[in-house]
Amino acid sequence: MSTAPAEVQRPDTRQETAPALPWVTIVWNDPVNLMSYVTYVFQTVFGYAKPKAEKLMLDVHHKGKAVVSAGAREAMERDAETLHGYGLWATISHDS
Amino acid sequence: MTETPEPDEAASLEDLMARFRRTADGATARFAPVEAAIIRDLVGQVIELIGSDPLENEADDIDDIVVAEAPEAEAPGRHNGMPDDGPINADDLAAMIGFSDNTELPDDPVLARLLPDAYRDDPEASGEFRRYTESGLRSGKAAAARTVLATLPPTGGRIRLSEPEAQAWLRALNDVRLALGVRLEVSDDFDDQVTSMEPDDPRAPYIGVYQWLAFLQETLVRALS
Repeated sequence: MSTAPAEVQRPDTRQETAPALPWVTIVWNDPVNLMSYVTYVFQTVFGYAKPKAEKLMLDVHHKGKAVVSAGAREAMERDAETLHGYGLWATISHDS
Repeated sequence: MTETPEPDEAASLEDLMARFRRTADGATARFAPVEAAIIRDLVGQVIELIGSDPLENEADDIDDIVVAEAPEAEAPGRHNGMPDDGPINADDLAAMIGFSDNTELPDDPVLARLLPDAYRDDPEASGEFRRYTESGLRSGKAAAARTVLATLPPTGGRIRLSEPEAQAWLRALNDVRLALGVRLEVSDDFDDQVTSMEPDDPRAPYIGVYQWLAFLQETLVRALS
């Protein structure tokens, strides 16, 4: 958890353009990972409720892949790194 | 992905029956010596494969026990790193997962599966990602594997895991299964392959271990869910 900063700092005054979630993390099907384990990982890593985690798992299973998160590239790389830590086959790509 | 076989199907080696159950603050399981020896050996191989200091393993136990279970098979030639003669010994188990000193994009298919590229069609971006993440990924996997070695006595017996320990077990068991899956050439129709597998298939002796590990991992997922 984070606590509120003592004072709000504005490190720079550039106007930030709102990113339109241009990057995604994709999990690919593989024949080894257990369906229950993949669901558990989606719940644990992303905090998804079980129904959403199960739906994503089934998408991976039946469609071969599923987009599991979207956002800034750096965030997607963190997600992929975390998923690799769990042994899931995750890649990052530009949402197009 | 795969569904977990029922215990009866999973344990073609009759001794492999250990399973996890939930506790108030983690999970517990009771391991026979053969089960502890197999897990410690395979986990030790993963540690060695991903480039960390190997801890002592229980190769002699594996040798004694698994040889006794292995069918007499005559498989001419080698098959993708599989042992080329029937009885399993510690060297064969080592060959199952294999050792590599690769630090680049791994040539070894097991290492490539444990440390995959993050970009499908962009080797440059994958390389950059790897440069920043691979060391941490390796040490994280090694730490999980070491948790297994630290909590599973070579002689087996009942173990009680805290939740963090159980989560480390989950990841370490998964890495072992991924490694075995590559070596056993597990595919989506693996169940059919197993059903029609010839007795002298060099993979045959390992099928029971692989399926038991799936069952064991499934029980641990349930204990933590």
